[in-house]
Amino acid sequence: MLSFVAQRIVKGIFVLLAIIVMNFFLIRLAPGDPASVMAGEAGASDAQFVQQLREKFSLDRPVPEQLFTYVKGVVTLDLGYSFRQQMPVSALIAERLPATLLLTLTAFAISLILGITFGTLAARFAGTWADTAITVSALLFYATPIFWVALMSILLFSVYLGWLPSFGYETVGANYTGWAHVKDVALHLVMPAMTIGLFFMATYTRMTRASMLEVKRLDFVKTARAKGLRNNIIQRRHVLRNALLPVVTLAGVHSGTLVGGAVLTETVFAWPGIGRLLYEALLQRDYNLLLGVFVVCSAMVLIFNLVTDLVYRLVDPRIEFAK
Amino acid sequence: MLKKLVLALALGSVSTFALAQEPKLGGTINAVIQPEPPGLMLALVQNGPTQMVSGNIYEGLLRYNKKLEPEPGLAESWTISPDAKTYTFKLKQGVTWHDGKPFTSADVLFSIETLKVTHARARGNLVQLEKVEAPDDYTVVFTLKQPFGPFIGIFEVGSMPMIPKHIYEGTDIKTNPANNTPIGTGPFMFKEWKKGSFIQLVKNPNYHVKGKPYIDGIYWQIIPDAAARSVAYETGKVDVLPGGSIENFDVPRVSKLPNTCVTGEGWEFFSPLAWMWLNNRNPILANKKVRQAIMYAVDREFAKDVIWNGLGKVATGPSASTIKFYTDDVPKYPYDPAKAKALLKEAGYKGEKIRIMPLPYGETWQRWGEAVKQNLVDVGFNIETIATDVPGSNQRNMEWDFDISFTYLYQYGDPALGVARNYITSQIVKGQLFNNLEGYSNPEVDKLFEEGAVATPDSKRKEIYDKVQKILVEDVPVAWLLELQFPTIMNCKVKNLITTGIGVNDGFRDAWIDK
Repeated sequence: MLSFVAQRIVKGIFVLLAIIVMNFFLIRLAPGDPASVMAGEAGASDAQFVQQLREKFSLDRPVPEQLFTYVKGVVTLDLGYSFRQQMPVSALIAERLPATLLLTLTAFAISLILGITFGTLAARFAGTWADTAITVSALLFYATPIFWVALMSILLFSVYLGWLPSFGYETVGANYTGWAHVKDVALHLVMPAMTIGLFFMATYTRMTRASMLEVKRLDFVKTARAKGLRNNIIQRRHVLRNALLPVVTLAGVHSGTLVGGAVLTETVFAWPGIGRLLYEALLQRDYNLLLGVFVVCSAMVLIFNLVTDLVYRLVDPRIEFAK
Repeated sequence: MLKKLVLALALGSVSTFALAQEPKLGGTINAVIQPEPPGLMLALVQNGPTQMVSGNIYEGLLRYNKKLEPEPGLAESWTISPDAKTYTFKLKQGVTWHDGKPFTSADVLFSIETLKVTHARARGNLVQLEKVEAPDDYTVVFTLKQPFGPFIGIFEVGSMPMIPKHIYEGTDIKTNPANNTPIGTGPFMFKEWKKGSFIQLVKNPNYHVKGKPYIDGIYWQIIPDAAARSVAYETGKVDVLPGGSIENFDVPRVSKLPNTCVTGEGWEFFSPLAWMWLNNRNPILANKKVRQAIMYAVDREFAKDVIWNGLGKVATGPSASTIKFYTDDVPKYPYDPAKAKALLKEAGYKGEKIRIMPLPYGETWQRWGEAVKQNLVDVGFNIETIATDVPGSNQRNMEWDFDISFTYLYQYGDPALGVARNYITSQIVKGQLFNNLEGYSNPEVDKLFEEGAVATPDSKRKEIYDKVQKILVEDVPVAWLLELQFPTIMNCKVKNLITTGIGVNDGFRDAWIDK
């Protein structure tokens, strides 16, 4: 197993380098550069001003030289400097990443726990009203655009009911500490986490249900039943465990998008995470920052994929690691 | 309701009656800042959000009231020599920087030398400056090469912020770590900036105007989504929505919320004017008749009433009606599609494709682009819309790669500062954003603007600017649209927020909260 992990890490590093080079050129294909953006915002700009900015961003250097400098930096774990935000990229990301991880991991946990629970229930009571209720709501959550869910929940829970805060990570200026702080952040977390979570929950519900119904019909389940095992044990040990494999696969794929994919939710709820950082960096053509976020997100995807493969084995010990 | 709102805006009736009350001390104001500023060091960064936050931290030598008359700032008094070439400023004594060091004339000299390098607009404003000297700690003397009418109008905090010499001297100002903890002389001091969440400013206890500021601090909340900004106001999480914070179509609704005060004041200095650059290099648009046809074809009243919800005013020409030397004695272009069609026919337009580029600044501008496109198609133009994001449109504008392009520019109170730059030949420079992107060149206009900037007295300037406005409106180098209005929306408990011609950008030094 150790050699498997080591091998995957080495492969991962090459994939990461390829991603960096590709992204480097892709970003430069977009029209406009950071100098033009900042000149635009200043409301006045003579040619000298734009030229100063270009020099500051090293945009006046030949492209291969810029690439070489960048890759050299990344190899030594230096993600460069964001001139727009006037901070090192790694500091910016380190400041924002925890918020995103808190949001997406919560959403991920909610969606997996609820999805598998509801999916199991639906399969257990297949054909009854409970099944119909679960499947229909899952379909509804799956089909509804995320931003609409977000705005409607703000309207209901913040504007009409006044139960939940509509934006931010914590109450600004309250300076809570200890449990009061935890509670404050948790309240802010509810709506954004549900917004992301509901969509994935719907997917896992439907997946679990279908997969369980399929496994139920297999011979070893019949054998178990013939042996006289109690239904609960059959459902948990035999059916669910086998039915979870496709869900894990899917969750592994999703886990990657969760890191960078929270752009919309973070924007609507003013959540100070990395998704927003990415989006703003794109609109401002903040090359170093954009590349930095890409690097971190790609690294996350690679790590999550590795974890997924390890989880496979946990769920089904028959699966062996490829040599 | 809409009419009432517009009336309220026009009269500025909301903020004035509070003046009679005695200010109360204490409290914190939550305001929206959008987008997140790139930095707070005003000498280096001058975008809108930076000016709005940093106007509390830094100060200029002068302030300007809503009539754009100069008032004391860091300079207590000033005299102008009879030949209009020497300006002597007496600085206020006892002013200190936030770190306790005294503010003196050496800081003024240092600031000016720095701004000439880092601040594009200041550099432009200072072209007529021959030298600046400090005979003593509290006197600064500016000597001009020749009289320059608008010179007294360039000392506002955004145009010429004072920065501390003792912190920046001998360092590379662009990378000085002190930029992240800005030090000024203003009513509020920088406390904390949690990127992506908020910027916190606290009261300067040693502020040089005794008794001010009244409030304890300001939280500038960073909320990227326009709908979320409305909700934040609606749920009482923020008290102030500075102009342009929420989408235009939301303004009438939010203005009607209980305990909400609205004012259109505080934009007199900037007077944003929207127009479309018409690329005069394009052989079709090079024909004056085609450009005039565009003016007749575009229904600007409709745009004002429907797209801007009745806010703003149809522009008559290159100057906004709120700045000096404005005249409405110019040719008029009412909405007249028939006349537009006739002019197009005369010009021999045969349906060649014209590319139009809306401003990628949100819903309102997108809708405006669509409306104008429809207007132009109706009179026979063949229009193609270019979709871009901000960097993309900046790039195209800089390279003159458009036929018609939306924009809006500030006027800075005086035609020599905010108007001339868009029409004079010397401002046709590739790689420059704004200024003369349309490529219009008229020796007579050049000459008049040149004379207007240095003529004395003001009556002479007025004569010259009347003439140049007439010529420009006849020539239609660009298609003027609206004088924009960005109302400030706030909870009525916030009093006396906007007291000068630069509005919220002048800081919250006079604001107080009624509890």
